[in-house]
Amino acid sequence: MAERSFKAEVEHLRKGDGDTFTGEGILALTKALLENGVGYVGGYQGAPISHLMDVLADAEELLSELGVRFEANANEAAAAAMLAASVHYPIRGAVTFKGSVGVNVASDALANLASSGVNGGALVIVGEDYGEGSSIMQERSHAFAMKSQFWLLDPRPNLPSITKAVKDGFELSEASNTPVMLMVRIRSCHVTGSFDTRDNQRPKLTVREALSNPQSDFARVVLPPMSFAHEQDKIRNRWPAAERFIRERGLNEVFGPREAPVGLVLQGGMYNGVIRALQRLGLADIWGNSQVPLYVLNVTYPLVASEFHDFCAGKDQVLVIEEGQPEFIEQQLSTFLYRAGSSVRLRGKDILPMAGEYTGQVMLDALSAFLKEAAPDMLPATVRAPNEDRPEIPDLSKTVPIRPPGFCTGCPERPIFAAMKLVQKETGKLQISADIGCHLFAALPPFEIGGATMGYGLGPAANAAFDGGGERRPVAIIGDGGFWHNGLSSSFTNMAFNKSDGVAVIVDNFYSAATGGQDVMSSRADNPTKATKHPITKALKGIGIDWVRQVDRTYDVGRMRDVLREALTTDVPGPKVIVASSECMLNRQRREKPLMQKAIKEGRRVEAPRFGVDEDVCTGDHACIRLSGCPSLSLKRLDDPLRDDPVASIDQSCVGCGNCGEVADAAVLCPSFYRADVVHNPTAWETRLAAFRGRVIGWLQSRRAARRLTFGDAA
Amino acid sequence: MTLHDMPRRGPADPRLDGIIKLAILAVGGQGGGVLTSWIEDLARANGYAAQATSVAGVAQRTGATVYYIEMAPHRAGDPVPVFSLMPAAGDVDIMITAEMMEAGRAILRGFVTPDRTTLITSTHRALAVSEKMVPGDGIASSDEVRAAAEIAARRFIAADFDRLAIANGSVISASLFGALAGAGVLPFPREAFEQAISAGGKGVEGSLRAFDAAFDVAGRPETEAAATAPAPQVPRVAGPARLMADWDRLAARVSALPAPVTELALPGLRKVVEFQDLSYGGEYLDRLDKVRAADDAAKGWALTREAAKYIANAMAYDDIIRVADLKTRGRRFARIAREMRVREGNVLQVTEFFHPRAQEVVGMFPAGLGARMEADPKWMGRLTRWFDRGRRLRTDSLSSFLMLHVVGGLRFWRRRTLRHVHEQAHLAAWLEGALAEAGRNYELSVEMIRCRRLIKGYSDTHVRGQSKFDKVLAATARIAARDDAADWCRRLREAALKDEEGKALDGAIRTIESFAG
Repeated sequence: MAERSFKAEVEHLRKGDGDTFTGEGILALTKALLENGVGYVGGYQGAPISHLMDVLADAEELLSELGVRFEANANEAAAAAMLAASVHYPIRGAVTFKGSVGVNVASDALANLASSGVNGGALVIVGEDYGEGSSIMQERSHAFAMKSQFWLLDPRPNLPSITKAVKDGFELSEASNTPVMLMVRIRSCHVTGSFDTRDNQRPKLTVREALSNPQSDFARVVLPPMSFAHEQDKIRNRWPAAERFIRERGLNEVFGPREAPVGLVLQGGMYNGVIRALQRLGLADIWGNSQVPLYVLNVTYPLVASEFHDFCAGKDQVLVIEEGQPEFIEQQLSTFLYRAGSSVRLRGKDILPMAGEYTGQVMLDALSAFLKEAAPDMLPATVRAPNEDRPEIPDLSKTVPIRPPGFCTGCPERPIFAAMKLVQKETGKLQISADIGCHLFAALPPFEIGGATMGYGLGPAANAAFDGGGERRPVAIIGDGGFWHNGLSSSFTNMAFNKSDGVAVIVDNFYSAATGGQDVMSSRADNPTKATKHPITKALKGIGIDWVRQVDRTYDVGRMRDVLREALTTDVPGPKVIVASSECMLNRQRREKPLMQKAIKEGRRVEAPRFGVDEDVCTGDHACIRLSGCPSLSLKRLDDPLRDDPVASIDQSCVGCGNCGEVADAAVLCPSFYRADVVHNPTAWETRLAAFRGRVIGWLQSRRAARRLTFGDAA
Repeated sequence: MTLHDMPRRGPADPRLDGIIKLAILAVGGQGGGVLTSWIEDLARANGYAAQATSVAGVAQRTGATVYYIEMAPHRAGDPVPVFSLMPAAGDVDIMITAEMMEAGRAILRGFVTPDRTTLITSTHRALAVSEKMVPGDGIASSDEVRAAAEIAARRFIAADFDRLAIANGSVISASLFGALAGAGVLPFPREAFEQAISAGGKGVEGSLRAFDAAFDVAGRPETEAAATAPAPQVPRVAGPARLMADWDRLAARVSALPAPVTELALPGLRKVVEFQDLSYGGEYLDRLDKVRAADDAAKGWALTREAAKYIANAMAYDDIIRVADLKTRGRRFARIAREMRVREGNVLQVTEFFHPRAQEVVGMFPAGLGARMEADPKWMGRLTRWFDRGRRLRTDSLSSFLMLHVVGGLRFWRRRTLRHVHEQAHLAAWLEGALAEAGRNYELSVEMIRCRRLIKGYSDTHVRGQSKFDKVLAATARIAARDDAADWCRRLREAALKDEEGKALDGAIRTIESFAG
């Protein structure tokens, strides 16, 4: 059950000739796949392409009408392997995942696919998670295209260009018998805009039809001697065919005047940023009409030497604007110039920073630096000699706190890490490795648990060196998403086979929560097209792990702590695995909140829990926060001159998950917390009982109040 | 390659060509996406081309998130302007921040510049974990951000748009949209904004109410909004005539104290009387008199003033009786019902979380017996077995309420308890130690009084506080003869409040050891 429903957006996918689509880039991409007669689609979720998978999942009806097969693949490797259908059959296929990490996982299949070559168009849509907002290591998917020789598209970041790239990609793939990777950056995925739609096309050959007429070709198998032939085929035939296609169909674009002393060579994805910098330098208008020539590489691999030389003709210097490192494009273009004995001077990372995102400021600084040096006459006087008189703005770098992502209000993972922190207070610091997913936020304050992550599904595998055991056991954490992605085979069979003495905690929040709530094997939801409700514990038993503890309510911090302690101290040999299950609160609230409001309106009995803090009992030590970090548990300054430190305070957003009370109990913190359950539409008996109790309690209270001094508002 | 031939136009200035650049900085979960789509829809519905981008992903999970919108007038059929996908430093016309430190972050990132940026911010705070987790006061200064904003922004609109939204049964995205409209920085009429909300179709009524309230606030200068802040309340004293007469005598003693002292001595007196009784209040004032005798008018009575605060805190320590008393008061029940928004016809259930340990139980015993048991591990083991577990008490039920009510009424017993004896001894040692310095190094004496701040919390936390307190005073004692002893004492205290384990404190102590020999 995905975090967001795309049922409304799916209707846009039905638009046809003469209509206009307005919306997000990622949805436009989905629409473009259907317009280009795709026969099967698959992928694995992950920012920034999660929505593509979610939309496809919600569009199953439309897909089956068109005869398109949609597969929510187990991981990126499975997705890439699915493109094998395009090796023999003239069927267009597309898969999507995030880059560079998804491409890492897929690389085995991608390399085989690229070696075999394809008959039908094979498109890999990669959401390149680079720069601000990225949650992964900063690398380039570009290298994969180079090493396996498949082609890489990096279109200008607007909807018409992105959707055209889908069409170009399929055709390029078919013209050169090579898979094509279409790269879209984070912001391009979420950019909004419009494009003119075309009618959806049924695939010329559906996968069902292909099954009726199976094909195989010995020459496509990656085995010697064919593998050697594949390499030669890539260089002799496929590559030249691709170059020809790129040139003839004008996939790369040139803007601006023909004659100029300088030019800019840029990845398509950099186009808007470059134009903005030119606009700010007074060298382009708002429609992008530039006074500096631009050679826009919508295809960043392969590069077409002849086209590049044409662009360079008559110029003194060209600047390559290539985000990320190493500077593959710049190196290749240098080689082109050197081999041609050209005198054109190539600039790039000598002016632009080698690493990091090319932000507006970076772009402006680099372009003005380049132009000041290479073509000062083009620049307006104000840029050449800026006469700025800016007031000094106070430095806030010491004031503004960092705000990294963290567990949401009521997150079921919080109590797991609170329990782990408590256990570490008893045992001392433990060797803890983590996986990929929300649980990785535990590495940040206030928990500071886990020091390394080696990849999706690899948390327990990352502790393999410690499998032999020692004075204290190593602990690994992995989510349910990671477990089914790759964890079962790479981490748990590894543990079982090697008779690991380690402990693994599987954080099971009912679906792949971090990527938006997509179902996995162990999801509790009914899913008409997917097999769900397969308990993780059953899979563990199946591979021979017997010490398995299932915790069905992670909010029970005391139990979580006890189970962890048991896992760390038991004499039982072999892996010790704890499955800690509670549903992702973000999704649960999205689903249940409206239902609860409705029930209250309809007069049904509803208990709404929320926590509170007695501010005169709280001493302002904040020990509770160091075991929580919940957004709804905050601080407040009291209007009391005797108090120095702010006290804990819980705001309206509290969902009453129970962590505060549990932690106060398990860690023996303080009696400041209370839980208030407001019962809406109570039963008649409840109301009468409450009224009776209220009268007795009220009487006792006023009796005592009458015998003492009271301060403040009337008691 | 595809060659694009476009009509040559003269050098363009984007500022004249009218791209409006609007950025939003929000905390994940604040509805920045909704606000973005309203603005985008508003622009498109009013003859503008618009483009929005966001950086979703994990930042949505409570992290700082950026949304960015550009728009420009556009006629159907014309070429679409080339918009940027991210805000650039020095190139933002309207910056909306949904939280005060995010305003600071926007300024820090250069998105707010005096030549062009209208900064609209909510002044409320969503505290970052790093601010909340320090044992002392780690809250970042909103005043610094405000001061910077006054300089950095061309126009600065600030109000608590979060409170405004909640008061109107909505969320902050609606009130910020109202503020944007009220600021008059977009070329669209108010109705067009409201239309965008209505077209959205979700929670329309609440959103429109919040929009309306924020529209008015944004249009009017901030001083007015500040003026509505409630005046501090002076607590009213009430009770039986006999007690009131005694109270008035004590209050008169407080009034006779120097003015700077009275300010804190009156709440101090209230606190200790409320904690125990009037004669305890008398003891409090006796102690203060002793301090005053050692004090110096020329120093502005700083020592007595600080003592008035910290002696009261030390005397009103947190024992089971106090907690039970506070938990069973009528005004607490009323406060919870108000905060939880209990409506007519609802029933309120309240669960308390207690976890007494053997130490707390033994603390309630008579001092002699308690001390013997405390020294006897066997007895402590028994008490742990009998009492040491989490207890959840429903204070809306009669049995639990009665139990706490009885415990809360044990004030007559308190003075005999082991805990009381411990606390009195600790207080005396601390106070005497501090006063001993008063003649020699007045500032040091004041700083030593202030160290009482370190003692807080319950059970383990309390123990840790005590140990930090002891460490600070012990380290101070080593360098008490130095001229800068007061400064060191302050530094040690501040270090002790920085982190839980006392790493900063240990570091500071090592420094002292390095020169104290």
